[in-house]
Amino acid sequence: MSDETHVPIRTEYDIVAARHRVKEICTALDFSSGEQTLVATAVSELARNIVEYAGSGEMIIGLTNNKNLKGILIIARDEGPGIPDIQLAMKDGYSTSKGLGIGLPGCKRIMDEFDIASRKGHGTTVTVKKWKR
Amino acid sequence: MSIPILKQGPYLIASIQSAPTDSEWREMGKLLAERVGKQRSRGVVVDVTVLDVIDSFAARTLREIAQTVKLRGAEPVVVGIQPDVAFSMVQLGLTLGEVPTELDLEEGLATLDAILKGGEINV
Repeated sequence: MSDETHVPIRTEYDIVAARHRVKEICTALDFSSGEQTLVATAVSELARNIVEYAGSGEMIIGLTNNKNLKGILIIARDEGPGIPDIQLAMKDGYSTSKGLGIGLPGCKRIMDEFDIASRKGHGTTVTVKKWKR
Repeated sequence: MSIPILKQGPYLIASIQSAPTDSEWREMGKLLAERVGKQRSRGVVVDVTVLDVIDSFAARTLREIAQTVKLRGAEPVVVGIQPDVAFSMVQLGLTLGEVPTELDLEEGLATLDAILKGGEINV
C-alpha cells in the first residue's frame, strides 16, 4: 500500500498531528462525522500511550480493504518498555500511570479490529481497523 | 497559543479556540485558578464547542480544572460538548464525573446565575 502515512510520535504535538491525518483519511473514505470522531479519539489514545509509556514511536495510518469492505488501518508502534501483562492492560480501569486506564480497552470497543503485540523490553505494536459501513 | 480567558461580570469564560496541547490544557487550569482569586470570580465556564475530540486526557484535565476552580470557591461548568464527541466519550467510557455540563455558553451562564442566586437564599 503506497498511501500509508508514517507519523512520528515524539511529543504531545504529534498526537494532534496524528489525529488530523486520520480525519483526512476518514473524510476520503466518506466516514460519517460520528465515525470520524470515534476513530480520531482512538488514535489520540494510542498516540498518547506512545508518548506516555514509550517516549517515542510512530503511527502508520493508511487504507485497507477486505473483499468489498474498505476501511482505515492504524498501526501504533514503539520500542518502549513493552507491556508486561497485556490481559491486565486490557482491563477497564487498569493503569500504571495516572491515566484513567481506559485507553486500550476503550480503543478496542471503538474499533472493528484490534490486535496488540508486546514484549517486555522490546516495545508494543497495536494494530486497529475500522470498516466503512 | 494560549486559551483566552474572558471576564464577564462575576464569571470567567475560558473559550477554547482549537484543540489544545497538553501543556495548553495545564496552563489553562493554572490561569483559571489564579484569575478566580484576582478577579473574585464566582463562576467559570469552560467552552469546548470547537473540540472535535475529547480523549481520556482531555476528560481528566477538564475534571481536574473544575475541581481546582471549585476549591478556589467558584462554580465550574463545561459547555458545548458536540453530539459526536458526547457519543464517542460514552463509547470510550469517559465521563466528567460531578462536573456540571450545559448545552452552550448561554445555558452555562444561566446555570451559574441560578446556582449563585440559590446560594444567596441559603445565606
